[in-house]
Amino acid sequence: MRTFPLGGIHPPENKLTAGSGIRQLPVPGQVNIPIYQHIGAPPKIIVERGQEVLVGQLLASGEVFISAGVHSSVSGKVVKIENVTDISGYKRTAVVINVEGDRWMDSIDRSPALVKKIKPDSQEIIQTILKMGIVGMGGATFPTHVKLSLPRGKKAEYLLVNGSECEPYLTSDNVLMMEKADEILCGATITMKALKVKRAIIGIEANKRDAIDHLRECAAKYQGIEVQELKVKYPQGGEKQLIKAVTRREVPSGALPIDVGAVVFNVSTMFAVYEAVQKNKPLFERVVTISGKYLENPGNYLVRIGTPVSALIDAAGGMPENTGKVISGGPMMGKALNSLDVPVIKGTSGVTLLSGEESRRKEMQNCIRCTRCVTVCPMGLEPYLLMALGEKEQFERMEHEKAMDCIECGSCSYICPSSRPLLDYIRLGKSEINKMRRARKK
Amino acid sequence: MGIFTVSPSPHEHAGQSVSKLMYGVLLALLPAFLVSVWVFGIGALIITATAMASCMLFEFLIQKYLIKGKTTVADGSALITGALLAFCLPSNLPLWMVILGSLVAIGIGKMSFGGLGNNPFNPALVGRVFLFVSFPVQMTRWPEPLVNRFAYLDATTGATSLGLMKEGMKNGEKIAGILKEIPAYIDLFLGKIGGSTGEVAAVALLIGLVYMLARKIISWHIPVSILLTVAVFTGILWLANPEKNPDPLFHLLSGGLMLGAIFMATDYVTSPMNVRGMWIYGIMIGIITVIIRIFGSYPEGVQFAILIMNAFTPLINRYVKPRRFGEKTGNG
Repeated sequence: MRTFPLGGIHPPENKLTAGSGIRQLPVPGQVNIPIYQHIGAPPKIIVERGQEVLVGQLLASGEVFISAGVHSSVSGKVVKIENVTDISGYKRTAVVINVEGDRWMDSIDRSPALVKKIKPDSQEIIQTILKMGIVGMGGATFPTHVKLSLPRGKKAEYLLVNGSECEPYLTSDNVLMMEKADEILCGATITMKALKVKRAIIGIEANKRDAIDHLRECAAKYQGIEVQELKVKYPQGGEKQLIKAVTRREVPSGALPIDVGAVVFNVSTMFAVYEAVQKNKPLFERVVTISGKYLENPGNYLVRIGTPVSALIDAAGGMPENTGKVISGGPMMGKALNSLDVPVIKGTSGVTLLSGEESRRKEMQNCIRCTRCVTVCPMGLEPYLLMALGEKEQFERMEHEKAMDCIECGSCSYICPSSRPLLDYIRLGKSEINKMRRARKK
Repeated sequence: MGIFTVSPSPHEHAGQSVSKLMYGVLLALLPAFLVSVWVFGIGALIITATAMASCMLFEFLIQKYLIKGKTTVADGSALITGALLAFCLPSNLPLWMVILGSLVAIGIGKMSFGGLGNNPFNPALVGRVFLFVSFPVQMTRWPEPLVNRFAYLDATTGATSLGLMKEGMKNGEKIAGILKEIPAYIDLFLGKIGGSTGEVAAVALLIGLVYMLARKIISWHIPVSILLTVAVFTGILWLANPEKNPDPLFHLLSGGLMLGAIFMATDYVTSPMNVRGMWIYGIMIGIITVIIRIFGSYPEGVQFAILIMNAFTPLINRYVKPRRFGEKTGNG
């Protein structure tokens, strides 16, 4: 079975919610919609305090190329435009809307019927995706239209669709593949048209047997799309790891997937593309997994963007008493939250609750040079060395030792018998290297 | 609603710890220890217990009263140093020498560099080499196997198979003739030979290796590269002149090679940090061992070979890098 060659780990999968179908989370009384939900420039707010908005109405529009618009996920009145704490832990601008009813824009096609015929051409598809605020939903939240607009001279050969979902606990992609297979395949077909490629490969980890079989069966009706089963190994869903596993090509250090002819999107993004192009629906809701060993009723919910995390936890049976950590995302790459008011955004694939015991780090000991961090690193780096250099603030040498190649999967810190915070120091180094690089440009 | 822990990812840990690894290694040493007691009796028991206890004690005392820091004596690494030191000493060595060797191993070999993780040389080998150059007579009187179970200092002694081989080769005798004086290979394999306490039974050491590999305590690269190199190198010499050079199996089963390749060279702290480096390190240990055994003045060379390559480990780590992702580009 295919996988990536270097490193990797096998954390407990804990896919507690793999069998629970998508349920609609009730629309909350108020939403905080952060305008900065993606990588790139923040969009410009175009609504005012007191204004009435509909579901799907544009709240902020991306004015520059690398940006994305943000749409209202509810109908009601804009009560405030203020700074709220988002998943980064910082306070950033959000549009606060008091919900009144659930009135959608008339332009959105709300019928569940599958629309297979793709009318717009490549440029029109990219324009629609830009207009509908689609960003990468696997977590990186890079604006989708940017990835579809290939740089001059570059040609895509493959569309790779990432259904590996290697992060423990999370199942939102899994259930989406089970329930919306045709929509995902149709979204992939649209994306293939936009990219002008003939082949698409959907990579799925072998632990999602149902999804592989189901998608494979449905894919037979679509031209040029195949499903590739992948070995269960973290971080199989890393972009470069997925490309390597599926196409056997390695994206060189500092290069982009397109340099080896690949463009990668998450299955959820494909679903959003389908809804945007075929149903005229902006990205204002998504499937979110709420999970944790001590939750009464973990599950997968269709959630409006801007809904506070607390509403999800309530739906899952309330906060268990022993909760020590609330993570946006999964335990390997997710961000620990400092507040339950943090809103769900386009990149929120799940919320994971860990008990107090699970969430505390063990005391750090001396590095015993056991080589485990080097062995598990999927990028072939030497985390022990990078940490040592980081401690000594030797950032130039960290750069030389390829610190910028780190994908922050956390395998090194996970495996370290001395519980050393390897990734923390690599992150520190990366941010210092970025500073140095900016200074060099000046 | 309580206060949440906020820390950067990852939020999960494999649950592996230094002490779990160290006690794993100790467990892997158990078969060799049991054989040593069967072969050498109370002597093996006395010096192993003494070395392990004194290593623990010295580490504790140095951390508590000299460094005045946290004591990490419970992590098991001092016990391994003690056991390994005892394993490469003759089982009739006087107690005070064992204790002195432990002090040198822990004090100079380990703590003077900052404790676990910082020492450039394998501490047990530092202690062993110190004793070897200080007390060459006592360090080369090897109790006879199986007959000394209730004798400690007054054990009857004899030569080791490597010693007999060296002596014979020096006198220009034919290998076939020398081998007649040496126990059969099956006895070498089972440990029914004279030698250092824990090195004699290849089979017990190999069981330890299999255990460590199965539990992923060590990777196979270092032991395999050393043993393979010794086999190939001695194999070439043997094929070139079978009358003057013993066969590879003799080399693999004799002396401290198995102990060194499986337990000493694989010491985390003093061996290279990636597979490429491990191969270089292992091959060089194999080559130096054979050179000392065949051309040097000592019958055994594995401990020197390991110490020499310990010294090169930082250099190997500096220049031999793991294969980076994307190193070879776009090769479909």
